[in-house]
Amino acid sequence: MTMSAVHPAPTPPGEDAAAELRDVHIGFRSGRHVTPVVRGVTLRLLPGRVLALVGESGSGKSLTSLALIGLLPPGAEITSGSVVLGGDDTAGFTARQWREARGSRVAMVFQDPMAALNPGFAVGRQIAEPFRRRLGASRRDARERAVALMREVGIADAETRYGDHPHEFSGGMRQRAVIAMALALGPSVLLADEPTTALDVTVQAQILRLLARRQQEAGLATLLVSHDLGVVARMAHEVAVMYAGRIVEQGPLDAVYTRPAHPYTLGLLRAMPDGKEEGGRLTPIAGLPPDPRRPPGGCAFHPRCPFATDVCRTEDPPLAGSGGRSVACHHADEVRAAHSGPDSAAHGAPQSGPHSAAHSTEEDR
Amino acid sequence: MTATAHDTAAPAGDAEVVLRAAGLEAGYQRPGRHGFGRRRVPVVAGLDLTVRAGRTVGVVGESGCGKSTLARAIVGLIPAFAGTIEFAGTDLASLPRRRRRRVARDVQMVFQDPYTSLNPRMTVAAVIAEGWRVHPGIVPRDREDAEVARLLDLVGLRPEHAARRLHELSGGQCQRVAIARALALRPRLIVCDEAVSALDMSVRAQILNLLADLQAELGVAYLFISHDLDVVRHIADEVAVMYLGTVVEQGTAEQVFGDPRHPYTRALLSAVPSVRDRPDDAAREIVLEGEVPSPAAPPSGCRFRTRCFMAAERCARDVPELIVREGTAHPVACHFADADTGTDTDAGTASSAR
Repeated sequence: MTMSAVHPAPTPPGEDAAAELRDVHIGFRSGRHVTPVVRGVTLRLLPGRVLALVGESGSGKSLTSLALIGLLPPGAEITSGSVVLGGDDTAGFTARQWREARGSRVAMVFQDPMAALNPGFAVGRQIAEPFRRRLGASRRDARERAVALMREVGIADAETRYGDHPHEFSGGMRQRAVIAMALALGPSVLLADEPTTALDVTVQAQILRLLARRQQEAGLATLLVSHDLGVVARMAHEVAVMYAGRIVEQGPLDAVYTRPAHPYTLGLLRAMPDGKEEGGRLTPIAGLPPDPRRPPGGCAFHPRCPFATDVCRTEDPPLAGSGGRSVACHHADEVRAAHSGPDSAAHGAPQSGPHSAAHSTEEDR
Repeated sequence: MTATAHDTAAPAGDAEVVLRAAGLEAGYQRPGRHGFGRRRVPVVAGLDLTVRAGRTVGVVGESGCGKSTLARAIVGLIPAFAGTIEFAGTDLASLPRRRRRRVARDVQMVFQDPYTSLNPRMTVAAVIAEGWRVHPGIVPRDREDAEVARLLDLVGLRPEHAARRLHELSGGQCQRVAIARALALRPRLIVCDEAVSALDMSVRAQILNLLADLQAELGVAYLFISHDLDVVRHIADEVAVMYLGTVVEQGTAEQVFGDPRHPYTRALLSAVPSVRDRPDDAAREIVLEGEVPSPAAPPSGCRFRTRCFMAAERCARDVPELIVREGTAHPVACHFADADTGTDTDAGTASSAR
């Protein structure tokens, strides 16, 4: 294993990861120029555990998950590092090997179930397809297994709904069907990219419950990609916070949420209107995420960071830590100190500092 | 910009009424039986709503509850089937077309996605000034540039943004332009339909603070429509919870979120994931089975009864009115609003958790 003190194993070493990213860099190529969008991500997905990857649009969280299933969009490529599935380095995978791995070893649930389903075919047939094509099951057998699977994911009247097309399903039912398809071949790794973002809250609660139950029962190693800190709190055992293509903080859910050590994590928690009180002011993070084509020097967060000092402008801090908790910040101790106690996530003591960003509404860089 | 919170607004009750909708019905039409004639499908089915000057009324509910239809009917994008919409005491429907336009100026709208609601190829200045073409006489031509600059400053942008085109701006900046455009007509009410839902969380907080600042400074009222309960709880003074075209519960934000009495409100609140949740205590939530019925064929009696964990025989028969009931301090449309709700935990395990 290539992991050094710079990239400490976030979970007890020794346990075998179902999937792993080792110092993965992903960039978009245009001509000879490569724009880096994921800059050295190391993650281990363990059986029966849910790891959440949290970040805002453009942070690189979706590309990170797509790399695990060999589905990077055209133009994006892994420029260094390795993606390991159940012990096998996928660097040499042929298109055929990836096809075989998808579904049986690693599966994915996307945000928009309508886009994941073919509108021209009956939903049941799409769920049955992997049994036919991959396991060589008979038509009748595949149908029976698909109906059983539809029941398992909570589609009522599975027998009669087998022949319905996606447009005849509601959003929640479609996402159930997509989950059924993902689980059909019994993968050991499940990637869920914003699985409930397109759904209403009461339906979201149903789907989160279903995902958690299936994840537990099948002992799935799960990567949950989400921008929603509440959804993550409901599902994940461990959290990795991404900013501008890097993991800036990682650790057990409770530790990261109640004792954030990176100013970006602290900022996200403070910006949430989750306080159990009405009114008052939120504390937004000033400014905008950086343009990956023109990254700021040093720590990528420094232009928005109230803790930034000279060292932050010149040196990109490594992700370092111990005991399953790691953070990439020169001022992690100050951030911890600024955050007082478990219940002050959204209303902590006001930050002070030479570049206090709290009052600024200016977004432009 | 002053940073006073919006608690400086006048208390409820005595502020002037800006908007009053009564018995409002609106929706879409579809071919009638056998293709003859047209049949009205009321997506908003008889709704009363009052918004006072300088206050924020939040409307929450899930897809299909009619909250966007409500917004569209109020700003006049779609006609109402029945009921009245009054602005500052004038019934819109009773006015001749030209006078209606004058009144309509007083209510502006900010949509969810600025990239589709505004023309990306127009300059920021042109987007903001467009309303002055439709409603002449608000700003003299020679004062327009100065007024655009003032509005940009008001929403936290710089004067040089005026010459930019929208596609050059970020989502948060575009939404600031959309707000400046709404403010350009000096409205008394801004209808925000999921106005912060498309924004990243750090930027969302910036826009929510901006809306609060503008209200404190200008006294504008908001009808704030959102599926995001945390956001509504944060920004709204009063809240209306909608289900299948009707309001099921209404009150101050404190009443509705702190002491929810309608089973739908309780389920909705329990379903919202919070950063305080943990994977193992998810059992607390009230899980609603099934889905929202079609507005074309609503259930008899209480519209929520088909998914309600408290439903009884009576609910299929009697339509529960939205009234203050025994044991409640605010209007609730449920026959059993006074039932002991106990704690959330009890309600969840007793009635619905599987």
